[in-house]
Amino acid sequence: MNSLVNRLKDGKVLVSDGAWGTFLHNRGLKPGECPELWNVTHRDDVLAIAQSYIDAGANMILTNSFGGSPIKLDHFGLKDRAYELNQVAAEISRQAAGDDHFVLGDIGPTGAMLMMGQVSEQEMYDGFRIQSEALQKGGSDAICIETMAAIDEGVLAVRAAKESTDLEVICSFTFEKTSQGDFRTMMGVSPFEMVKAIKDAGADIIGTNCGNGFEQMIPIVKEIRKADAEMPILVHANAGVPLVQEGETIFPETPELMASRVQELINCGANIIGGCCGTTPDHIKALAKEIKKY
Amino acid sequence: MSEIVQKIAYCIERGKVNKTSPFPNDMKDELGADELAKQAIEEGVGPDVILEACNDGMQKVGDKFGRNEVFVPELLMAAKAMNAVMEHLKPFFAAGNIKVKGKFVLGTVAGDLHDIGKNLVSMVVEGNGWQVIDLGVDVKTEKFINAIKENPGCAVGLSALLTTTMTNMEKTVSAIKEECPDVKIIVGGAPVTMDAAKKMGADGYSPDPQGAVSFLSKAVAAG
Repeated sequence: MNSLVNRLKDGKVLVSDGAWGTFLHNRGLKPGECPELWNVTHRDDVLAIAQSYIDAGANMILTNSFGGSPIKLDHFGLKDRAYELNQVAAEISRQAAGDDHFVLGDIGPTGAMLMMGQVSEQEMYDGFRIQSEALQKGGSDAICIETMAAIDEGVLAVRAAKESTDLEVICSFTFEKTSQGDFRTMMGVSPFEMVKAIKDAGADIIGTNCGNGFEQMIPIVKEIRKADAEMPILVHANAGVPLVQEGETIFPETPELMASRVQELINCGANIIGGCCGTTPDHIKALAKEIKKY
Repeated sequence: MSEIVQKIAYCIERGKVNKTSPFPNDMKDELGADELAKQAIEEGVGPDVILEACNDGMQKVGDKFGRNEVFVPELLMAAKAMNAVMEHLKPFFAAGNIKVKGKFVLGTVAGDLHDIGKNLVSMVVEGNGWQVIDLGVDVKTEKFINAIKENPGCAVGLSALLTTTMTNMEKTVSAIKEECPDVKIIVGGAPVTMDAAKKMGADGYSPDPQGAVSFLSKAVAAG
């Protein structure tokens, strides 16, 4: 597989995939079940999700390993199976992606905070290292660290991925708009601070994911672009803020609404565009149709 | 408020735990909440006055958090400073010299493993003088109901961070209301909005921990 960064150098904008978590729940994942265990127990369901995004026109797909950190898996008594579950996650996505699409080995936050002394730096680093190695072994083309909020954890994850694999590393943070009108993570990190720290740690692509919908990604991408003129930017947006309707969680942003914002997002500097919570293959299909024009 | 009590409140507001704590930068090498609380008790300051200082400090940092002037790290450090003071007050609670305002049963709903938001609420509410019964993460409905029955007169807080667990939150609210109709429930967490809270049948919603304190004072303390 070619380098993702090289593919983007030609000025091409690439399409990423949509939600996995909400998709798994739709396919029957029960609350309290471990999503990553499904890689082994419900391989066909996980493969179907991966395949549906390839079929929708995504150039790349993630892996079902967001919560695959040994620290998180410990809650399910699956800490010792971290390597296996991450490797299989990558194998499944590789199977769907074939040779002509990228597989991004997905790594989410551990849920533990270094500053509170819940885990040591070494323990956190080792967890990210195990995930990265397993995701490479399973056939990932790059590592995608996402939904980060704390600088120290994001930096450790990027370092672990760079030092334990020879893959390109993407790192994306989740920002919210403050009442002052600027953007910060829940740990108070601004896009500017994030870009500097994550670039220094060795990331190849920087990004923003989750959040409050497509519209709000535009000012965040502008901020990131202001902080760095060169680095490719990935955007994985939620389909808006979820609403509860008749006992169901509904994401309000339609595929058409997302697609209508693509041009502006690209103009601001986005290089890879995909979805996060609540986005479906239909959203990705609409994005892909729009992005093909560029 | 005497000078030492004011200092305790300020240490909590700023998250200055003790003398050796490097945070915050501008208070390096100064005495922290831990040393000052010990000193205040030795000087004969009433435990109720010290508790009041805790409330005051947590209120201030909680308000700043609500205005996005400080973020999770600052709030966590403030809670840590408050806990240091609470350690010194424990014997007075045990002896009945000071009392909690009421009980608050708190947990993250089934299927959700996130405890950051819930922990922040727990710390701020405790700092305001409530007894918090923290049921942890991924809490099944039955566990909430058992805890409510074991703690008559308590209020309940439900947290969810995942968009996918909001439906569980709704189910838990309905089940609690059916089993214990008088109990007051507040919900919160990243995907939750005032509108969603109302539709679920919760009594309150807050986007930040300080809002939970206001809810408890109004809805619960007032009866």
